[in-house]
Amino acid sequence: MGSRGYGLLLTLLAGLLSGCSEGAWNNPHPADETGQNILYSSFSGPPKHLDPVISYSSDEGRFIDQIYDPPLQYHYLKRPFVLEANTVTSLPDIVYRDGDGNEVSADDAALAYSDYYFEVQPGIRYQPHPALAVNDDGSPFYVFQEAAEAAPYRTLYDFETTGTRELIADDYVYQIRRLADPTLLSPIRGLLSEYIVGMNEFGEAAKNARSQLKESDSTDWLDLRTLPFAGVEVIDRYRYRVRLNGKYPQFSYWLAFHFFAPIPPEADRFYQMPGMAERNLTLDWYPIGTGPYMMTRNDPNEAIILERNPNYRDDFYPSEGEPGDAEAGLLDDAGQKLPFIDKVVYRLEKESIPLWSKFLQGYYDRSGISSDSFDQAIKVGADGIGLSDEMRERGISLEVAVTPGTFYFGFNMLDPLVGDTGTEEERARKRALRQAIAIAYDQEEYISIFQNGRGETAMSPIPPGIFGYQQGQSGINPTVFEWKQGKAKRKSIERAKALLAKAGYPDGRDAATGEPLVLNLDTVGSGGSAAQSWLIKQFKKLGIQLNIRGTDYNRFKEKMSTGNAQLFQWGWLADYPDAENFLFLLYGPNGQVVTEGAGVNSSNYNSAEYNALFEQMKLMENSPERMAIIREMLALLYRDVPWASGFHPHSYVLNNAWVYNSKPHGISKSVLKYLRIDPRQRLEQQAALNSPVVWPLIVVALLVVIMALPGYLAYRRRLNQRILNTGDQ
Amino acid sequence: MLAYIIRRLIYAIPILIGVNLLTFALFFVVNTPDQMARVQLGDKHVTEEAIAEWKAQRGYDKPLLVNDEAEGLSVVTDTIFYEKSLSLFALDFGKSDAGRSIAADIQQRMWPSLAVALPTFVIGISVNIAFALFIVMFRASVFDTAAMVLCVALMSISGVFYVIAGQFFFAREWNLVPISGYLGGVDAWRFLLLPVIIGVISGIGGGTRLYRTLFLEEASKDYARTARAKGVPELTVLFRHILPNGMIPILTSVVVVIPSLFMGSLLVESFFGIPGLGSYTLDAIQSQDFAIVRSMVFLGSVLYILGLLLTDISYTLVDPRVRLS
Repeated sequence: MGSRGYGLLLTLLAGLLSGCSEGAWNNPHPADETGQNILYSSFSGPPKHLDPVISYSSDEGRFIDQIYDPPLQYHYLKRPFVLEANTVTSLPDIVYRDGDGNEVSADDAALAYSDYYFEVQPGIRYQPHPALAVNDDGSPFYVFQEAAEAAPYRTLYDFETTGTRELIADDYVYQIRRLADPTLLSPIRGLLSEYIVGMNEFGEAAKNARSQLKESDSTDWLDLRTLPFAGVEVIDRYRYRVRLNGKYPQFSYWLAFHFFAPIPPEADRFYQMPGMAERNLTLDWYPIGTGPYMMTRNDPNEAIILERNPNYRDDFYPSEGEPGDAEAGLLDDAGQKLPFIDKVVYRLEKESIPLWSKFLQGYYDRSGISSDSFDQAIKVGADGIGLSDEMRERGISLEVAVTPGTFYFGFNMLDPLVGDTGTEEERARKRALRQAIAIAYDQEEYISIFQNGRGETAMSPIPPGIFGYQQGQSGINPTVFEWKQGKAKRKSIERAKALLAKAGYPDGRDAATGEPLVLNLDTVGSGGSAAQSWLIKQFKKLGIQLNIRGTDYNRFKEKMSTGNAQLFQWGWLADYPDAENFLFLLYGPNGQVVTEGAGVNSSNYNSAEYNALFEQMKLMENSPERMAIIREMLALLYRDVPWASGFHPHSYVLNNAWVYNSKPHGISKSVLKYLRIDPRQRLEQQAALNSPVVWPLIVVALLVVIMALPGYLAYRRRLNQRILNTGDQ
Repeated sequence: MLAYIIRRLIYAIPILIGVNLLTFALFFVVNTPDQMARVQLGDKHVTEEAIAEWKAQRGYDKPLLVNDEAEGLSVVTDTIFYEKSLSLFALDFGKSDAGRSIAADIQQRMWPSLAVALPTFVIGISVNIAFALFIVMFRASVFDTAAMVLCVALMSISGVFYVIAGQFFFAREWNLVPISGYLGGVDAWRFLLLPVIIGVISGIGGGTRLYRTLFLEEASKDYARTARAKGVPELTVLFRHILPNGMIPILTSVVVVIPSLFMGSLLVESFFGIPGLGSYTLDAIQSQDFAIVRSMVFLGSVLYILGLLLTDISYTLVDPRVRLS
């Protein structure tokens, strides 16, 4: 091939590259989407469940919470978090009753039940869905008697006929029935069955009914409405009631979860038709809702796409926020109809480098910050943490928010060496040991080194923004910190050593035997990481030898549930913004060992005083009295030290310049409807950032020619070479 | 030949049972059904009742290999191993422990894997053979030495480096191709270009060296020397005489991997966001999804056996002296 040939090849390549993409060559999105009102985001792993009765992960919530409409929602802008009506006309009316059904006051000793009354807004309609398609006589359009009838349908989108209908109270009640059905394995069934009247009985009835169907080899759908359920009642088309045992103020928070979103019974029937599950046509894969978006593609190996629900109700951007929101432009769209964005495309991105590069190229609108890209994105200066100059030049903005969660380094309180066991004297010595370790464990250094400063030391299990959290001097953990010059200062290592000596281990050796004190940290993974070396160093400050016992996740869980761990690291992200959801992490009956692994109290801390206070506190509304009890509970934790240390992580989110109305909400995932983008601005910036650089192609082509030419010439020479030298002839 | 093929297929049955048994034993040594249930059900609020229900729904509430409480054949058949293994021989993979149809997932994910693996394989082999023949033409020269040094250098570089460097320069700095992702249809080629080029380049070192060795042996044989003596041009000698004769050892290493091509490549697919089968098994191991693990191991074994069979058959095609009996 001559130079003309290479030039032709190059032109052809350039033509091909530009031919299928109107814009930049490196655009990873289809050319026909250019300039459209589409938000581009990513996900790192396939969601396991999309059925609102099973899904319990924030990675799944970011999809289905845009589709499902629970009765309540969180105000987008107000902090602390505020619940408000979503699809109901107002917050539920709560009526307290005694055992005979008579109305009583909230603090009446005879209180036996709490009745929650809901009224659904009329006129809300479901997204178009084949389950709701009907014939002229109102009968379902799709009815399969045999599995073979489902054969032509590979995905939900192969069903051409769709329908819709109005949302009614029965749909909400049907979902509660699904929650109670043990075969659906809802993760909160166990918890809610303690409160919702008749839930266990309904579960038994559902199980028996399914067994009968199975025994008779019937493929019939089990209509859960046919089974009795004392705790729920459809009052009329728009009103329903849920009855709870006793009082459970935190129930309102659950009502803002997708667990309580409506499911039309028609959808349950549709997905249970023969042949549907075999083709992955299940509610766990194809949601149906009344929310602002509907799923139009579910291919977790490649992309998940949400599109605006054409039947979405009138819903408007909030006109109130917290101080500073107006200045930040978060109220500029007040009163505008939601949602703003037409389509949201989530693409699978398993690796952080391509994800970050695409964000910088403008192909993703928002991004978190991985540790690999932290230095490029963030500048740490004397005035704190801020965006790097490069990010500022690109118009990128940074959002920092405290995640309502707590990660902690805990002690197993059942452990004979560090736990709360033995005689009173032994318990006091072990308490001193835990206190010494708590002081030596430099959480601030850990956050600085391993979290890039993205977090704050936890003074208690309760994170900022949750009732019960206290700032300043009154909020510090007095066992570990002292208040000096207006700041919390960790107590000296000498103080820790003194406590260690009091515990019977002067300089980290057993005072009686002289043997070194060896403690074991059980953790997932192998040893040798920088974080583990740092941990060993923390204990070495006191002369304690820390042995890290790395294992796989299963073994670790087993050790935790059987109480065989000594020290461990764990974390908790809030279900709802209430102190109860954090303080129950140390409530005795929630202990991992007593519940055989089901409880959330990983430390197995069991203080009678604490338990009594918790039981009192959890039933109270937020008030000064409740705060006083929380303070008492925290004082017990400061004394007993079931956790050596902890921190509340900060979330960092970067937005490109064309993203508006973004405000992190630590609890709710149903925030997509508030976001707005400017596609024109994005297009202009993408064009500026991504103009192709062609000269390397020319250089590569030249290099190939230069490398090939000597070979070609040598080959020619060889072909023309005479085997015998005939020059003398 | 038909009898030979049938015999080989019958031999495959005990091999597959053995592979299945080994996979089963290794998996359940590490994971118990209770632990599998906990992974699937999550960490929060998981009750013993939910675990029992999960196991019952998926048939993990039975004994692993031997049912002591059963009688007759049920001692063996009423077990997890029997129930989960038998259907595999009919290529019925059933559902994953998360409830998805495994066959549907494989069917969907194999095409993107093939879209990367097939061109990488075909172009890679062609380029490696061409380079090897080219080097053989200049054997024992400075060019040969330089090419071998280059090959060793290419072999010494980690595959991840090629991927990261390729993405950095071609996609991020020069904006020539998308850095990662995948779109179906005609648009797919834009996403396949870089992984295929990187796949080919990263394989040049090892492939070229191997084929050079094979061709060098052929190049010094009498038939090649005779051809040259007769005045046959060197290119004709290389491509018409040496290449076919050097194909038998090449086929041994090449044909066996053809059926496995659609199983994909973990590294390439992860870094380039190709939604293929490369990471399917690994993801399943991480999520302790035994149904997927056993299906993929079984399928891998079947394909490997098929690859070996195809290799044998291909010998008869390239070398008339070989007969299968």
